[in-house]
Amino acid sequence: MDFTLSKEHEMARTLFRDFAQNEVKPLAQEVDETEEFPKETVEKMKKLGFLGIPIPKEYGGQGCDSLTYAMCVEELAKVCGTTSVIVSAHTSLGAEPIRKFGTEEQKQKYLVPLANGTKLGAFGLTEPGAGTDAAGQQTKAVLDGDEYIINGSKIFITNGKEADIYVIFAMTDKSKGTKGISAFIIEKGTPGFTFGTKEKKMGIRGSATYELIFTDCRIPKENLLGKEGKGFGIAMTTLDGGRIGIASQALGLAAGALETTIAYVKERKQFGRSIAKFQNTQFQLADMATKVEAARALVYRAAIAKDTQKRYSVEAAMAKLYAAEVAMEVTTKAVQLHGGYGYTREYDVERMMRDAKITEIYEGTSEVQRMVISGSLL
Amino acid sequence: MKIIVCIKQVPDTNEVKLDPVTGTLIRDGVPSIINPDDKAGLEAALSLKDSLGAEVSVITMGPPQADAVLREAMAMGADNAYLVTDRAFGGADTLATSTTLAAALRKMEYDLIITGRQAIDGDTAQVGPQISEHLDIPNVSYAEDIKVEGNTVIVKRQYEDRYHTVKVQMPCLVTALGEMNTPRYMTPGGINDAYKVKKVTVWGRSDLEVADGEIGLKGSPTKVAQSFPKSVKPAGQKVTLDADEAADYIIEKLKEKYVL
Amino acid sequence: MSLQDYKGVFVFAQQVDGVINGVSFELIGKGKELAADLGTEVTAVILGDGVKSLADELAAYGADKVIVVDDPVLKEYTTEPYTHAIHKIIEKHKPEVFLYGATAIGRDLAPRVSARATTGLTADCTKLEVDPDNKKLRMTRPAFGGNIMATIICPDHTPQMATVRPGVMKKAAKNPSAKANVEEFHPGFEKNNKYVEVTEVIKKVSDKVDIMDAKILVSGGRGVGAKENFKMLEELAEVLGGEVSSSRASVDAGWTEKEQQVGQTGKTVRPNVYFAIGISGAIQHLAGMEESDIIIAINKDEYAPIFDVADFGIVGDLHKIVPALTQKLKEERAKRDA
Repeated sequence: MDFTLSKEHEMARTLFRDFAQNEVKPLAQEVDETEEFPKETVEKMKKLGFLGIPIPKEYGGQGCDSLTYAMCVEELAKVCGTTSVIVSAHTSLGAEPIRKFGTEEQKQKYLVPLANGTKLGAFGLTEPGAGTDAAGQQTKAVLDGDEYIINGSKIFITNGKEADIYVIFAMTDKSKGTKGISAFIIEKGTPGFTFGTKEKKMGIRGSATYELIFTDCRIPKENLLGKEGKGFGIAMTTLDGGRIGIASQALGLAAGALETTIAYVKERKQFGRSIAKFQNTQFQLADMATKVEAARALVYRAAIAKDTQKRYSVEAAMAKLYAAEVAMEVTTKAVQLHGGYGYTREYDVERMMRDAKITEIYEGTSEVQRMVISGSLL
Repeated sequence: MKIIVCIKQVPDTNEVKLDPVTGTLIRDGVPSIINPDDKAGLEAALSLKDSLGAEVSVITMGPPQADAVLREAMAMGADNAYLVTDRAFGGADTLATSTTLAAALRKMEYDLIITGRQAIDGDTAQVGPQISEHLDIPNVSYAEDIKVEGNTVIVKRQYEDRYHTVKVQMPCLVTALGEMNTPRYMTPGGINDAYKVKKVTVWGRSDLEVADGEIGLKGSPTKVAQSFPKSVKPAGQKVTLDADEAADYIIEKLKEKYVL
Repeated sequence: MSLQDYKGVFVFAQQVDGVINGVSFELIGKGKELAADLGTEVTAVILGDGVKSLADELAAYGADKVIVVDDPVLKEYTTEPYTHAIHKIIEKHKPEVFLYGATAIGRDLAPRVSARATTGLTADCTKLEVDPDNKKLRMTRPAFGGNIMATIICPDHTPQMATVRPGVMKKAAKNPSAKANVEEFHPGFEKNNKYVEVTEVIKKVSDKVDIMDAKILVSGGRGVGAKENFKMLEELAEVLGGEVSSSRASVDAGWTEKEQQVGQTGKTVRPNVYFAIGISGAIQHLAGMEESDIIIAINKDEYAPIFDVADFGIVGDLHKIVPALTQKLKEERAKRDA
């Protein structure tokens, strides 16, 4: 078993870290405060290929492995949760299902622009009545000649309105339950496809979270992704991969909060000495660092498993469950070690703590991850 | 057009810290980087490649670990890389270094050679001009801008109080200033290629036509007789004052020292 | 020929547009000390077009002899003809020491000469002395951005060459009546592939006094915060009769000009009083100003490294302290004038 990163992975980390520190960190506070989607950052990431890291070169991507991609999300999340989830939702949820389940025509038409970043991707599964119980899909798709007619709505969609290409799910045969769900590719601008209100969120506030509304929205039959009735499987497989992205985000938030706190405790003085000299501080940091490292081991293992194993649902679920809970715990402790300052928006840990919470909720709550993990045990 | 960029691996001196007790450099754990002026030179070469089409090669002399800066340069877009490494080259001063690099460059084809003005670990600014002398080609130092027109290179040459626009025939050598541009980032796919597709050509002592007396310690006219940490002057007074008190304090001190 | 046949301390007297660079006089001053220790003379070498008349000025600052190379090809500095002329002088006169200013010209010319003459060159020296035992030059220079000092020797090659940072050595006292012992030298210039063409000379217009000549410097860094805030520093400089300089951060931010930059990649200054305002004090900055007689630092960060070199450090808000100081200095002046 080899726990050392290869030189190319080390170099990729340097790249992601430099980019995050120089280009993303200076905007993080503003992005949070204004709740504005960081378009310029996305444009920069497009130029550097950050929007197609694990996509093969023949489809306009960078041809890197999943670990490289996970490290990118991690380093971005260290400084800005918003930016990390934009990349993660685009790559894991928007592009990846087309790569895995799309026809060659669909790949040329949709995967190539997603991978080279000219178009942004999103994923629509959740509905008002179908969250954790994703099988309760109400959105319907009816074949009418050469077109499907879609009706219904999706909520809490990351990259909503900003994205150009959406992978969404709808019932093609309600009588078959989960076997009646199908996946579709829908472009922004298609008549009958509109956006509802933007969500106001606790954290990752610069990411665009919208309701998608389909009213007699007609799409060509060729935009069916995979076979009719196979949508639920496509959604679940996609989420397995997506969880690695979110786990990386959670890991990054925890690691970022830890780094920030280490710097702070060395500077901050109380009772005439830096608070780093107090054993409580030291022990808290030791626990935080250990958990971050354990989370990293699980996340990287899941990323490697995605490339080397046929199934990796359990690895992904464990990584996401643990990393998300570590993110919440470590960011909370980070705020505590910052004291009153940590509760103010002057300091990054306040934002990190708010950003961390969502990682326990989206792309499967921690409870869903426990269901997946225990399901493999019993 | 063939462009060769000479680069050096240096410790990131922004991160070099002094041991507060001994006053010596703490170099452990200090990351190595491409020397900033060299990186600007590389960016200039890659921009020329983007606009005019060029084959960009990078070369470095150093220990085997210097492979990392060559890979980084390829991840940014350089096409080929050469590592000049041998124990026999160790201990070289600028003259021996430039002689060794010139011997390597003679094996290659070039229209334009770009080096950084100087390296942050040595600050000598000598190796570029010395290489050009060994190769018997013109050089222009302190470039703020490099353009290519036909067979000539147009350089904006910086001085303390002016610029010269200098026209120079290729083949030639130009030394680049760090402030000339902002070097591009690597790309993830570029990193992948730098390690998995592209190759670093390694040249040792036996690959170069150069005399033993011209390289390494033996070929170095200058020697370090002694090195020592800079003497530190004792800290002065430090006070925390509001604006009015501070102004009075400064005026009082200026009077004490007969400045006022 | 043996090394013992090499005699004399030579300095490259840099002139541009007929004005001799101050570092040239500093080199002559230092060269005289070295020449005394070596029992020899100091020779200044001046290159240019129509520069003969400058020889007396070099003598006034202590040059025992002046070699003048006067040729139209030397009007604007370009590497090849300058290198050729210096190299031919070395071949003819065989100096044991050759010094250059560490300027944008000297740092291009000296390395090219060193490679042509196959000798050593030590860059950016801050101290030069003769080893009393073997009469060799000991050249001390900062390394690693000024963290470490290294003493370099060039034991078996001549001339022993060094570039010297402007502002570090002291000029000798001027003797205005001195007349130069001039030798005109014609190395012969033949155009070759190494000649370049200067198509344009663009001077940076500046009405500012060179910060290296100022007795009082009011220097601003990143903490000043904005270009318009430098107005406040200018007002302080004005009431003190000083000049405004800055850290690299301010130059990079576009608040100040490159010629105002103090530090490793800027200028070395040693004024009577140096105000470091909102300058954290990176080692590269300290390298350019720590020889100042009195250093006064104002910074809100009590741990800023500038306080390690400051004689008087004030932890506080520069945006309030600087105007208050300017105001009080004006009142002082009014009192004195009354």
